[in-house]
Amino acid sequence: MAEAIETGASGKLNRRAVVRALLKDRAGQLVIGGLGAPAWDITAVGDCPENLPLWGGMGGAAMMGLGLALAQPERKVLVITGDGEMLMGVGSLATIAVQRPRNLSVVVLDNEHYGETGMQETHTRHGVDLAGMAKAAGFADARLIREAAEVHALREAIHAGNGPLFAQIKVDEKNEPLVLPPREASILQARMREAILGPEAHLQ
Amino acid sequence: MQREQLEMAPDAATDWPDRIYALLKEHGIRQVALVPDAGHARLIRRCEADNDIRVVPLTTEEEGIAQLFGAWLGGQKGVLLMQSSGVGNCINMLSVAIAHRTPLPMIVTMRGDFGEFNPFQVPMGNATQTVLEAMGTLVKRADRPEDVADTVNATLRLAFNTYRPTATLIGQRVIGAKTFGK
Repeated sequence: MAEAIETGASGKLNRRAVVRALLKDRAGQLVIGGLGAPAWDITAVGDCPENLPLWGGMGGAAMMGLGLALAQPERKVLVITGDGEMLMGVGSLATIAVQRPRNLSVVVLDNEHYGETGMQETHTRHGVDLAGMAKAAGFADARLIREAAEVHALREAIHAGNGPLFAQIKVDEKNEPLVLPPREASILQARMREAILGPEAHLQ
Repeated sequence: MQREQLEMAPDAATDWPDRIYALLKEHGIRQVALVPDAGHARLIRRCEADNDIRVVPLTTEEEGIAQLFGAWLGGQKGVLLMQSSGVGNCINMLSVAIAHRTPLPMIVTMRGDFGEFNPFQVPMGNATQTVLEAMGTLVKRADRPEDVADTVNATLRLAFNTYRPTATLIGQRVIGAKTFGK
């Protein structure tokens, strides 16, 4: 029986619980966390060299995942980002769909708000269907997720590696406590490179 | 006969795209991100014909900055090809390469430069070098065909040896101005 995933006051899934479920037994997965809450979420679940939490580059998280997935076709690459971040780089869904990286998954934690800047509403609040846009761009597997069971199924699909996979998960809008990752980005880059490439990373 | 020889002879005025391609191979470039420009057409064809180079057409140039950061995370070298107007689309995303200290070579064909016809190309073309330098990018220009290869080589070396965004601007004098028949 899959573990329950807690919900917030809205009845929607709790973002931290979703990320914890997705990253359970992650098996060397490389994870990019979009700036803002998703970066804090992956850090709260457990900071490690295979995590690249972003402090900026808004709109770029999915494309970073593409570059990494193409460079490391044997590794699973998971981008976890927010609805505002994804909307800023929505064209990258077309770019990624054309490249068809089997090892890349893009997961949007959709709280329908810009959580870091005062909870202004994003377009998803007004019906913009990111999963539908991903589907139309050419992602064969693009899911809109509201239930815990669907999150567990998503985790299985991410590990199966039949991507590119896109998922938009509706989450409760409550901000969780800040859990900040290291802020020196050259360290974040170097530690992931070393985790993938070994000490040779620093001699390339 | 003489005319045929002239057309067949290697000519620095026309073979600079092939020399850039040779440099990409020499430096082990595996990902080429681009928004097309007529000036890069020949180089793009060479890259597309190479099974060891992944060509990724973008919807906007800033995607390429993000992609090449991801590539470097995974141990692959990349280069971004674009025209000068595309530089304007990259500005904030350059913070990713600066903060992480990511090698990020860019090869930019200039518009809005020598003999431009289209008014819309001029503002960004005129500002390209200033804007890149304001964002911490090392910029070198090539305004003669025979200088292109050396300049691109320097741009690649500076990026991968010193971990930063770098750019070669290929002047419109090298590429020729699009005149729309005027």
